[in-house]
Amino acid sequence: MQWETVIGLEIHAQLATQSKIFSGAPTAYGAEPNTQACAIDLGLPGVLPVLNQEAVRMAVKLGLAIGAEVAPYSVFARKNYFYPDLPKGYQISQYDLPVVARGQLTIEVDGEEKVIGITRAHLEEDAGKSLHEDFHGATGIDLNRAGTPLLEIVSEPDLRSAREAVAYMKKLHALVRYLEICDGNMQEGSFRCDANVSVRPLGQAAFGTRAEIKNLNSFRFVERAINHEIERQIELLESGGQVVQETRLYDANKDETRSMRSKEEANDYRYFPDPDLLPLVIDPAFIETVRSQLPELPDQKRDRFKTRYGLSAYDAGVLTATRELADYYEAVVRAAAADPKLCANWVMGELSAALNKAGLEIDQSPVEAERLAGLIQRIADETISGKIAKQVFEALWESGESADAVIDRQGLRQITDTRAIEAIIDAIIAANPGQVEQYRAGKDKLFGFFVGQAMKATEGKANPAQLNELLKQKL
Amino acid sequence: MHTQTIAQLARGLKNRDFSSVELTEACLARIRQHNPALNCYISLTEEAALAEARAADARIASGQAEPLTGIPIAQKDIFCTEGVRTSCGSRMLDSFIAPYDATIVSRFRAAGSVMPGKLNMDEFAMGSSNETSFYGPVKNPWNLQTVPGGSSGGSAAAVAAGLAPGATGTDTGGSIRQPASFCGITGIKPTYGRCSRWGMIAFASSLDQAGPMARTAEDCALMLQVMAGFDPKDSTSVDVPVPDYAGALNASLDGLRIGLPREFFEAGLDPAIEQLIRAAVAEYRKLGATVSEISLPNMPLSVPAYYVVAPAECSSNLARYDGVRFGHRCANPADLPDLYTRSRGEGFGAEVKRRILMGTYALSAGYYDAYYLKAQKVRRLISDDFQQAFRSVDVIMGPTAPSVAFGLGEKSDDPVSMYLSDIYTIGVNLAGLPGLSLPAGFCAGLPVGLQLIGNYFSEARLLNLAHRYQQVTDWHTRQPTL
Repeated sequence: MQWETVIGLEIHAQLATQSKIFSGAPTAYGAEPNTQACAIDLGLPGVLPVLNQEAVRMAVKLGLAIGAEVAPYSVFARKNYFYPDLPKGYQISQYDLPVVARGQLTIEVDGEEKVIGITRAHLEEDAGKSLHEDFHGATGIDLNRAGTPLLEIVSEPDLRSAREAVAYMKKLHALVRYLEICDGNMQEGSFRCDANVSVRPLGQAAFGTRAEIKNLNSFRFVERAINHEIERQIELLESGGQVVQETRLYDANKDETRSMRSKEEANDYRYFPDPDLLPLVIDPAFIETVRSQLPELPDQKRDRFKTRYGLSAYDAGVLTATRELADYYEAVVRAAAADPKLCANWVMGELSAALNKAGLEIDQSPVEAERLAGLIQRIADETISGKIAKQVFEALWESGESADAVIDRQGLRQITDTRAIEAIIDAIIAANPGQVEQYRAGKDKLFGFFVGQAMKATEGKANPAQLNELLKQKL
Repeated sequence: MHTQTIAQLARGLKNRDFSSVELTEACLARIRQHNPALNCYISLTEEAALAEARAADARIASGQAEPLTGIPIAQKDIFCTEGVRTSCGSRMLDSFIAPYDATIVSRFRAAGSVMPGKLNMDEFAMGSSNETSFYGPVKNPWNLQTVPGGSSGGSAAAVAAGLAPGATGTDTGGSIRQPASFCGITGIKPTYGRCSRWGMIAFASSLDQAGPMARTAEDCALMLQVMAGFDPKDSTSVDVPVPDYAGALNASLDGLRIGLPREFFEAGLDPAIEQLIRAAVAEYRKLGATVSEISLPNMPLSVPAYYVVAPAECSSNLARYDGVRFGHRCANPADLPDLYTRSRGEGFGAEVKRRILMGTYALSAGYYDAYYLKAQKVRRLISDDFQQAFRSVDVIMGPTAPSVAFGLGEKSDDPVSMYLSDIYTIGVNLAGLPGLSLPAGFCAGLPVGLQLIGNYFSEARLLNLAHRYQQVTDWHTRQPTL
């Protein structure tokens, strides 16, 4: 039987606010346990939450960026359950009236565009962390993370493969970073994902029973976990079994999902409006202010790169994948005032390879945009060849020198003087009479030998086109 | 000194008739003498009180005194007090030392008042008789065999017995007004949002409101002046200006329109109490008011609606008492469920457990619409009833409670009959309105309270009405003999 996969993602983006969503405690990652939790985060008797306006602004930003409705009136609700790292015994979240609803995101897989619906995005607080290791049979509780603002972004079940799911997740990841509402650090859990996965016979309208896979914190895990889950469900169905609605946990070490709890064991969260917080009323003027401050979004930027710089869709896509890379590229184009395609090749080629190898991000690049631009200028004006340029790039990577300084110091300026090149050719012809005779007798392959000799003699600095031309004439 | 009002004591301090240290020592001595029989105080903070009194005397000497500087004001043990046990009347918090002050407490500190100690109350403010306290019941100073009312029973009894000239209370369904009525003192529950809830341990967040309890309306005005005001730490506190309460006390009552709700004078009200309430209303007529009968048709629904909303909120508010971070933890928990169930099972008393269960049930999947949502709709209807009434009257008057103080243990085994003792007060909380109870006579030697209900933020008017009544009557000056 042919099966169709149906996937919906719930993504938790940690908002990049200075302080927590309902308290003034800082949100910085990696502090000593329980040093960034104030009385409110600890849920002490008598404390009350006060909403962080910055978290609201960030939610509105996302809402506008995905073409969603920003609710003029939304409500915080309590999600009640007991867990040691949930200090109040409830999480403040949003339930039937979220701050953002009905948006969409366009993804591209194999050159095909597809619109993915976004059901809603709501504000909520994160819980703390339970630490089960290093406590000799006991559990440690770290409440630093408790109260950190999250935006939970829920997609429609519009995704049909693990690859689409990853494409969607990457697109959203880029978007939240463009908007500067989330640092996107997946290792630290700033951007994590739960996936609802089901399969159904191709052509069937009704959804199959779904399983929810929890806490996927890398693109690779999302793809692998979903593919495993699809396989598991299909095998189960084809052997006459049934999928049960449950929550499953992905184990990256074993590369498998396993059951956490079934629907019957699921909590009744007893949601009700939080009486400590007023309904969140968002003024249209506030929305317009946020809209006017929105940066250029990835899709807009990609289109602009295509038209303005004449880049291919692929190149424009790569260069706008992150705001930092796009900014870097534009800085190079601006400073070099050279062919944007040549700039694109260098940013996507030599520079990206070097960064990858060193494990650095674009904003950590040892070669600043201005220095790379200086190098590209020298290629464009034929001061150096592309080959020599790679050598200069290595020097730029290692030192703070400018391309011109490296070229001058190492004497790498390209030889474009016809008479100088002719003199070198004459010397080579004189020194290799046998090869000249064979070449003239029809052994064309030897042409390369003469080029090599000339390059050797000029330390690669002869202008390749000129050299070829003159060699042909002389021989 | 224990027979004087706050206003009188403040004059005494100002005139240097006595010092705050002398006043505080006298107050502490009276507490030591009578508290064993009355059980008003859970904790005494004698040393800190004397230090505050010395600071107050210095402040008075420097001419920087405010009206409450040097006056002992006791705090209901629901308000967090830094460095002092804040028990909320529960075993759960018997060992809880609050690391911060409630806003109400900070405001009294800033005003220079002196805190002699923390007052007894029904556990987590759940009760109408002060019998649910982990620290034992408070006795009504007018008759030690009767209850002082609840949940602010310690506050009411302490003021009535002269164990504090003023005390704070909180009122979720009548917890200031009903004990004020039972103990023959004056107490006002302000408009919801008038006083900060920061640091006031939550029972039912959408209903809880702090207020003053004292002998007279004038004293309540002085206290409310300190307590009221916007607090950025409480999102539900309201940013409207605080009027000069004391300055408004003597305003004229000419043309005042009083409404008497038919529903407050029906079956269930002790006829002797009805007589006293009607007599009090007659006094207001003499002062220039007109009286008409009104109807609050949905009032009979207030108790059932309240007993859905309040327990629902409490079931969530009390989830934090899980034995993990603070409060009571059972000995040697075997695992997490054991830690939770035994810590909570041991830490909470029967009434608190009953309400947590009711509230959990009301919020459960499949019941939410039928209970919680329905109760919220009833709440809106009750609110609308009041607004309808306030189109034709300025103030609503009636009894605070259907009976005088009942006997200790009399209603302990009958929760519904206990709940009905708040039948006239609960609707006011559901609507978020201000309500005041003041002494209006005695029935069989026990005080009877008259309740005044006003529109939102009409505290100044209610205090004015109570004060004018107290200028022409002396019920509020009667004191129990101990």
